Amino acid sequence: MTALLETRGLTAFYGDFQALFGVDIRVEASETIAIIGANGAGKTTLMRAISGVLKSAADTITCRGEAIGALTAPDILSRGVAMVPEGRRLFPSLTVEENLLVGAYGKRRGVWTLDSVYTLFPILKERRNNPATALSGGQQQMVAIGRALMANPDVLLCDEISLGLAPVVVRDIYAAFPRIRASGASIVIVEQDIGQALKVASRVYCMMEGRITLSGRPDELSRENIHTAYFGAVRHEPH
Amino acid sequence: MSLIDTIVQGVLLGGLYALFAAGLSLVFGIMRLVNLAHGDLIVLAAFLLLVLVSTLGLNPFLAALLVAPVMFALGYALQEVLFNRTLGKDVLPPLLVTFGLSIVIQNGLLEGFSADSRRISTGALETASMAAGPVTIGLMPLLALLSAVAVIVGLNLLIYRTALGRAFRATSDDAVTAGLMGIHPRKIFAMATGLAMVVVTIAALYLGTRANFDPTAGPARLIYAFEAVIIGGLGSLWGTLAGGIILGVAQTLGAAINPEWQILSGHLAFLAVLLVKPRGLFPRAVD
Amino acid sequence: MTIAIPSALKVETRTKVSSISLFVAFAVLALGLAAPFLVSRGAVQDLFFILTMLVLAQSWNLLAGYAGLISVGQQVFVGFGAYAMFGAVILLGVDPLLAILIAGLLSVLLAIPTAFFTFRLYGPYFAIGTWVVAEVVRLLFAQWKALGGGTGTSLPREAVRDMVGVSLLRDLFGMKPAQASDAITYWLALMLAAATIGFIYRLLRSKQGLGLAAVRDNEQAARAVGVDARRMKALVYLATAFLTGLAGALIYAQKARISPDAAFSVTDWTAYVIFIVVIGGIGTVEGPILGVILFFLLQNFMADYGSWYLLMLGLAGILVMLFAPRGLWGAFSDRTGIQLFPVRRTLIGGPSIHQGGSSHG
Repeated sequence: MTALLETRGLTAFYGDFQALFGVDIRVEASETIAIIGANGAGKTTLMRAISGVLKSAADTITCRGEAIGALTAPDILSRGVAMVPEGRRLFPSLTVEENLLVGAYGKRRGVWTLDSVYTLFPILKERRNNPATALSGGQQQMVAIGRALMANPDVLLCDEISLGLAPVVVRDIYAAFPRIRASGASIVIVEQDIGQALKVASRVYCMMEGRITLSGRPDELSRENIHTAYFGAVRHEPH
Repeated sequence: MSLIDTIVQGVLLGGLYALFAAGLSLVFGIMRLVNLAHGDLIVLAAFLLLVLVSTLGLNPFLAALLVAPVMFALGYALQEVLFNRTLGKDVLPPLLVTFGLSIVIQNGLLEGFSADSRRISTGALETASMAAGPVTIGLMPLLALLSAVAVIVGLNLLIYRTALGRAFRATSDDAVTAGLMGIHPRKIFAMATGLAMVVVTIAALYLGTRANFDPTAGPARLIYAFEAVIIGGLGSLWGTLAGGIILGVAQTLGAAINPEWQILSGHLAFLAVLLVKPRGLFPRAVD
Repeated sequence: MTIAIPSALKVETRTKVSSISLFVAFAVLALGLAAPFLVSRGAVQDLFFILTMLVLAQSWNLLAGYAGLISVGQQVFVGFGAYAMFGAVILLGVDPLLAILIAGLLSVLLAIPTAFFTFRLYGPYFAIGTWVVAEVVRLLFAQWKALGGGTGTSLPREAVRDMVGVSLLRDLFGMKPAQASDAITYWLALMLAAATIGFIYRLLRSKQGLGLAAVRDNEQAARAVGVDARRMKALVYLATAFLTGLAGALIYAQKARISPDAAFSVTDWTAYVIFIVVIGGIGTVEGPILGVILFFLLQNFMADYGSWYLLMLGLAGILVMLFAPRGLWGAFSDRTGIQLFPVRRTLIGGPSIHQGGSSHG
């Protein structure tokens, strides 16, 4: 059976520097997967490649069997793959509501509209006419997620959404995930916070130095395994 | 000629300059591109109007309706084929490519239409005017000013009230992220330049009916447009209108003293503003 | 700041080809000096045209290609230099040769207020700002009745005939006055062109040149390591004003007839110059040399086609900018590795390192 989204032998380069070395991941319909790894492991590069910000060889990324690796970002979005980029990247000269509406520019129909995003994150409705960058970090992250949802994606890529946010704020944001999944979308989260990742994901990929070093269901993976995959060697913690 | 009349004529002239400037301002605001061929494109549009009016006997306003889509398509194509390839961190390629285009258009027009001065006739409208006390207001100059206001209102509505306008602003903020939202930045840029060429057509209508023009008239129009944008302050279309009016009034005041000083006093007003407020009188954009 | 370089390593900017080219350069210079005795007066005038355009092109290349200051208003210094020379000769009775030097210095003085205004404008707007300034100066000179106002004026015939050196040439070689004054302006153009190239080459190889490259590549980063970008750009701007003013004065000393529209012509003194540099190769010393030779040949072949010629030149400029942004010389140099005037630093000895890495400084 063909997967909803799949990468096969995906490589990526920044100039002469190779950032990904043959990455294989698979996303099925209606599942949440997590990609974990240390800083510089290649997680964000993987997201940028899948979303089309970085160009790849056509057949290294497929969506429902269609080769999409060489497509541009807008064309990949039209196939139903939306991204919440690292650092949120809201449009500073647009209001909260305008940021959300820009997310709907691709005109894919579905359950997500201004109203349903405001129901998911009620605070945004109160602040709809504020400039997006006047909001707190957590609220800005909600705008970024809402903006991606407005495209009614089949796959939502979330890159480092808890970075720089207080734990209580992160908890609020993750509280919205069951409802996002209930809308039918698969979710791919990129996290450095392993605990958070294991809690929400049905499958986990661990990356190190541009390669997948471990994958499996959270309950299959031991702490030891993850540490090895994460840091490259078993770390002996003092008891 | 009374002082009030001089100032009123300057304000009306300012409307024309604001029309020259609005397209330049729009394109710069969205993609930081300064098109050195802007003035030549205005003159090109004026020649297209001239051809329709003189060969088919069309009314100039009707001709503008026909030329506008042609100019839109030309702007769209120029952006897609030429300008998009030059956009990036380096300011050199777009400047040199548009400078080359300016030379190409000027000399193409010289080949096609010779160096003779032309004028688009509007028949009875040409001399129509109304008297208001000591002031005589020509109908065509008044229409130019009103058109400038209408263009600016229209562009502001488009930019702040429509999905396309949101896409313009989003792409201007961050083209990569706009791409993730399903926006093709290159198409957005092409739309913006196409739109600027529609404004250019309106500017050409009033340029061609107001006074004589010839194939080398473009660079001076570019300079007036540029001065209006800088006087008004980058990023504000109403500022551009104010800038155009200040430039127009400075020119008519200078001309009232000595006809040879018209252009010079406009330039001097521009330099004075640059000296006192380098970011223009009504700055908005933060670059 | 000093960097300890292991003794086995050497920073080199010279290449084998460049040593040969130094020799060739001297040979060309010697031959050039002898030209008025070897070729016809018409050929000397052609060479004069090539050399003065080369000076303008090298100056603009330094300004735009190295300092990132894209001006479309350099005609202001051509026209101003020319008018300053005419003013000194006609109003003050100065010898034309001295007047040319005065014109160069006055151009630097003009560049100070000019920079004051135009440096306030961001990148692309700087370009149009310089154009406005050129227009202002043109309109002001058109008002100066003593120098003919809008219609212009001519150099007094006796001023050229009695120019320093004319009688010497007549006595030594039996030249006619017109021939002698052509030879003198030609030699001056040759010296100015050689001095301009020498100056730019030395500047680019110096510490200041390295700073300039750093500013061009990344102004913020250059500032962070202590390069004063603004001062650097201002100095380049003043230097090119001097060179351009001298060239303008020299061109009009030879023409002996001036008008504001011709002396401040954006087509003649800026558009042509830009196309010479862009087609030849912007940001290289060799590019303008190649460009000016191509330009001269094209102009001779296509002079009869009038505006078609300029149209083709504009198209060629666009195509080169899009598909070979470093011009014909840049494309040639990238393919062959040949540099006649190497300004990149190459690390000799030790492990192999990317060549030209320091230019990213």
